[in-house]
Amino acid sequence: MASQTAAVRRSAPRPRLPVAAAVAVVLTALALLGVLWQAFEAGLGSDGNVPTFILITLNGLTLAGLYFISASGLTLIFGLLRVTNLAHGALFLLGGYVALTLVKDAGLSWWVAALLAMVASGLVGLVMHQLFLRWNQGQDLRQALITIAVSLILADQMLAYFGATPTAILPPEFLAQPLPLGLYDLAYHTFRIAMLVAAVLVGLLFWLVYKRTRVGMVVRAGVDDTQMTSALGVNVQLVFAGAFFVGSALAGLGGVFAGTALSLAPGQDQAFLVSALVVVIVGGMGSLGGAALGALLLGLVDQYSSAYLPAAYSNLSALLTFVLLAVILAVRPTGLFGKVR
Amino acid sequence: MTRTMARTMARTWTLGTRGLLGVVLLVIVLVPVLFTAFFTSQVGLTSLWLGIAAVSLTFLSGQGGMVSLAQTARFGVAGLIAAKLSVEAGWNPWAAALVGILAATAVGLLFGAVASGSQGIYFLIITLAFAQVTYFYFAAVPTFGAHEGINGVRPPELLGDPVQEPARMYYFLLLVSIAVFLALRWVTRTAFGLALQGVRDDPVRMAALGYNVRLHRTLGFALAAPVAGIAGVLSAWSNTRMSAGSISLAVAILLLTAAVIGGLDRLEGAWVGAFLYTLCDTYLRGWTDRFTTWLGVVFLVIVLVSPGGVVGVLSTAGAWVRRHLAGDRPEPQTEAGAGAVATDRPVPVPASPRGSM
Repeated sequence: MASQTAAVRRSAPRPRLPVAAAVAVVLTALALLGVLWQAFEAGLGSDGNVPTFILITLNGLTLAGLYFISASGLTLIFGLLRVTNLAHGALFLLGGYVALTLVKDAGLSWWVAALLAMVASGLVGLVMHQLFLRWNQGQDLRQALITIAVSLILADQMLAYFGATPTAILPPEFLAQPLPLGLYDLAYHTFRIAMLVAAVLVGLLFWLVYKRTRVGMVVRAGVDDTQMTSALGVNVQLVFAGAFFVGSALAGLGGVFAGTALSLAPGQDQAFLVSALVVVIVGGMGSLGGAALGALLLGLVDQYSSAYLPAAYSNLSALLTFVLLAVILAVRPTGLFGKVR
Repeated sequence: MTRTMARTMARTWTLGTRGLLGVVLLVIVLVPVLFTAFFTSQVGLTSLWLGIAAVSLTFLSGQGGMVSLAQTARFGVAGLIAAKLSVEAGWNPWAAALVGILAATAVGLLFGAVASGSQGIYFLIITLAFAQVTYFYFAAVPTFGAHEGINGVRPPELLGDPVQEPARMYYFLLLVSIAVFLALRWVTRTAFGLALQGVRDDPVRMAALGYNVRLHRTLGFALAAPVAGIAGVLSAWSNTRMSAGSISLAVAILLLTAAVIGGLDRLEGAWVGAFLYTLCDTYLRGWTDRFTTWLGVVFLVIVLVSPGGVVGVLSTAGAWVRRHLAGDRPEPQTEAGAGAVATDRPVPVPASPRGSM
């Protein structure tokens, strides 16, 4: 009898205190307060820290836009196909290099080059999916390993063709001038603002297609239950191929933006793959809103930590984003908006 | 073919493969005698410590279904702490190594406790985060030499100079490798090892049977830490230096490549993969500029054709020949498509975690 009550007691759901979550929220709030205090401590005058704060915030926001563009492709592919495309970084860099070649050597306009770069990255991604991934559907690890192998090959070939010197793409002319902000005589890179606008547009477009069109309906159905969707007469393989093309093209677009706003160099592929993964994981794989939130978090944490950490610790800022990731995954193992499957 | 003839041929085949295996083992033992000091040091030592690092990953993924990119982190913690203590604090190398390995185990336990809640791809990514945290920490902190690293690490007197006179170091690494192999193989046969395989194959059922799934995953993950730590210390001793660059993401992926090439299903695959990688790394680099491309191609082919790696190919081939010699079944039953290689595995390893990871 006693053992039965013990078993009953064990199986009853224990009330769980969200200790870890509470600690995380408190720490985040403290960190944010620390940043704001440093920013506004010297008053609102133009000799205070506010102008710098505005610039750093803009840096963070535009970086978040860049992260979102490349991460949205990754999250689309993952949500629909359950493929963790670890070649996403290589496709990202490929898009950047294609645009660079087209602008610099072929003399095309930036817009045409960006479009062609998207198509090129999308096609490479599509070929990879059709040749290697399609017949391994459902084997998560094997697919991840295949994409790692493809990314090794792509990255090395790009090193061979484009060299190791960091190079940047010239922005379109009317975006090359600094944009006056009308505050404290500040001016900011117009192109980076355009990048943020583009990210918002990509997000809006995604959302509209997702919620308002037949294609979006099919994609949502595919995310929820691929087999059932297929049984209802949808050509799922075609949808998969389309998703892989669009996702890879978005990686390429991200590469074009990164190549214009920052620069292109070997190793960028891994750096951006890792940040796109962090964004997608923090938000929850397959969730578009989660990716937006993750991108904002990553961009702002990245910029604020390198600017506002005490000098002795400022070289640890790169570490902070990964600590953020580990903490979020420890509290919510499938990310902020991830579904348990 | 009569039955006696078939039996004779099967026996000849068994003797032949056993003999070949014996010759290979003999060559491994005689490497310092048969080959130059350069080969022993460059290929021999590197494949052995890389193999130990890779086997920690093979163990985790094969037994626990946890594919971890954080092995380099534990590897680095042990190597860098041991190097730091022996070079700058003047500790005895053995004591420094012990402290380094214990530190790696503690870090492994902590990482394991955090990561054990995640599964599959999330687990891969969270361990990637750990690898990056450790890398950026060691790259940023001047105490550990930042990007410069720690140079002039001296292995214990007993083991001699790893570059000029690598024979003693080689035998030491060989002994450690054998010990690690036997220990891990023993673990897979204990009740804990079997429970870990159960957790890998069906966590829900194991939880229903009363096993603490998270605890098993945490302990399994922690168990691989000292192995990776030993490899880290041995790498610092063999190269006489260690830096943050030794544990970057590229190295983590390299380790995964070596383990996959060898084969994730069998522990010995780790050393096979490490040896093949080191051999190519040493000799192919002078021959082609695009070494990484070829490595990627080999990696891709292995993953596509044989998920069991080189060891898997060998045992599949061996089983095929044996079946034909026996004359019972002229054609092995294969399914249509390329998945046949994966499903037609004769090795009595429990179902691989590949499907659900």
